[in-house]
Amino acid sequence: MLAKKEVSSVEMTQTFLNRINQFNPSINAYVSLDEAKTLAQAKSADERITAGNTEPLTGIPFAQKDIFCAKGWRTSCGSKMLANFIAPYDAHVISQFDAAGAVNLGKTNMDEFAMGSSNETSHFGGVKNPWDFERVPGGSSGGSAAAVAARLCAAATGTDTGGSIRQPASLCGFTGLKPTYGLVSRYGMIAFASSLDQAGPMAKSAEDCAMMLNVMAGFDERDSTSLNRPKEDYTRGLENMQAAQPLKGLKIGLPKEYFADGLDVCVAKVVQDAIAEYRKLGAETVEISLPNTKLSIPVYYVLAPAEASSNLSRYDGVRYGHRAAEYNDLMDMYCKSRAEGFGAEVKRRILIGTYVLSAGYYDAYYLKAQKIRHLIADDFKQAFKKCDIIMGPTAPSTAFKAGEKADDPVAMYLQDVYTIATNLAGLPGMSIPAGFDKGLPVGLQLMGNYFDEARMLNVAHAYQQVTNWHTHMPQGIE
Amino acid sequence: MALNITDIKRIAHLARLEINEQEAVATLTKLSGILGLIEQMQAVDTAGITPMSHSQDVVQRLREDEVTQINQREEFQKNAPAIGNGSNEPATQDGLYLVPQVIE
Repeated sequence: MLAKKEVSSVEMTQTFLNRINQFNPSINAYVSLDEAKTLAQAKSADERITAGNTEPLTGIPFAQKDIFCAKGWRTSCGSKMLANFIAPYDAHVISQFDAAGAVNLGKTNMDEFAMGSSNETSHFGGVKNPWDFERVPGGSSGGSAAAVAARLCAAATGTDTGGSIRQPASLCGFTGLKPTYGLVSRYGMIAFASSLDQAGPMAKSAEDCAMMLNVMAGFDERDSTSLNRPKEDYTRGLENMQAAQPLKGLKIGLPKEYFADGLDVCVAKVVQDAIAEYRKLGAETVEISLPNTKLSIPVYYVLAPAEASSNLSRYDGVRYGHRAAEYNDLMDMYCKSRAEGFGAEVKRRILIGTYVLSAGYYDAYYLKAQKIRHLIADDFKQAFKKCDIIMGPTAPSTAFKAGEKADDPVAMYLQDVYTIATNLAGLPGMSIPAGFDKGLPVGLQLMGNYFDEARMLNVAHAYQQVTNWHTHMPQGIE
Repeated sequence: MALNITDIKRIAHLARLEINEQEAVATLTKLSGILGLIEQMQAVDTAGITPMSHSQDVVQRLREDEVTQINQREEFQKNAPAIGNGSNEPATQDGLYLVPQVIE
């Protein structure tokens, strides 16, 4: 990954901090920085390295999505509601990085409460796509995405509820992974939709993601949905991908619904070229069908807002978060604090969620969506009988211009058409750089069966051994 | 399932979100669009299908009923908001949180 013998953690960290000082004012990837805290961590890491007590991530500087509570850090979740909230504890993910001796460069910008696909709903303003400053980096992990693409960190963490790691990875040209639901503890990770949210790595390469996943994954009793499984080394098998035809015997499923209407033709070409590369690596492709693909959007836009409306009911201005400056009585205090603290998209989703859960509508909407969710998961079950891994585009287009979709929620929601089903089914998904269209990155999506992350990472790594899309860097920010 | 302004106001009240007339109208348009999207679900036959909330077949883990958390009230109360209505003091008193009177 990073040759650390020649430089100290302090030197490497300072280099990133200098780049952040230089480029963050225009890119707006980071919303919270604390140089003193960061350098102190780097210093401790150097001491650990000298003492010979190193782990793979010791001394490496990472950007942390501002959805993870980090003790002593302002943790805003991209919202005015938490703009003054200093987390009094560490999320599981944060303490894992800490224990590994990693360095926290700062908290990154994101769509408010993780609701968005462009980082345009953030209270702290939009984020520039380092490949084209007029375009969005994707979302909701837009700040982390821009930080990785612009090399303002070694790598970053993100979260993915409907595609929020994978879509930015596609739009910004790097590697992102959403693990199987339950693999990474959500303790201390501000909740949006509890049955869908998962944290994951965002980095240059599959190899980097594998090393990060080793640190992030694992049972945590404080998260009731954390799965208790034997510990895995996600870097296993990577070394075997150097062989000629390393993927001989691998069956790649290509869902016909992912190559139909709605997919930009130029993006389709890049994705098909990437798949051709996979055939050269020895893999066999087979057409499959995921018939309920189109329904994943309405299902998601019932379930996620419903869960969000419940999760966001804790923001009432009583014990923390924004409280209205003027109010008449308790009800007024609640209604004003929430109306002032939340942005428009968050309010829209809370209203949808409240509506679909309300008396008289629960069966027609929420329950119906849960049933179709089962059908969607079954589609994948059937598909995995015919193939080992599924591939397709990550996003229907390359990065769009800021403001282009901000006025039309439905147009924005359609960005997630290829990523959402994996969240609904709880399956792992990745996006890897596959090329460019008119100078903008295009991602190839990989979808695996439950707990198949190691194989997915191997499959991604094999491609990254024979191509170099993942090493490209935007111009103008060297 | 067409919505009207009264529905929006009712839902906003349930969600404890203050909404003025202008916002309610704007929201109505946007929400109607989203509901149109959701209507696509009605075309699917889901008779006999079990609802799915979780991909893995797991049950809620239980733990011993023992105290495991330490009292960090002082630390947590540092995040208390200002009382409001003219006062910038933190809305805390004797380890409790201050809110408008609820019980007459």
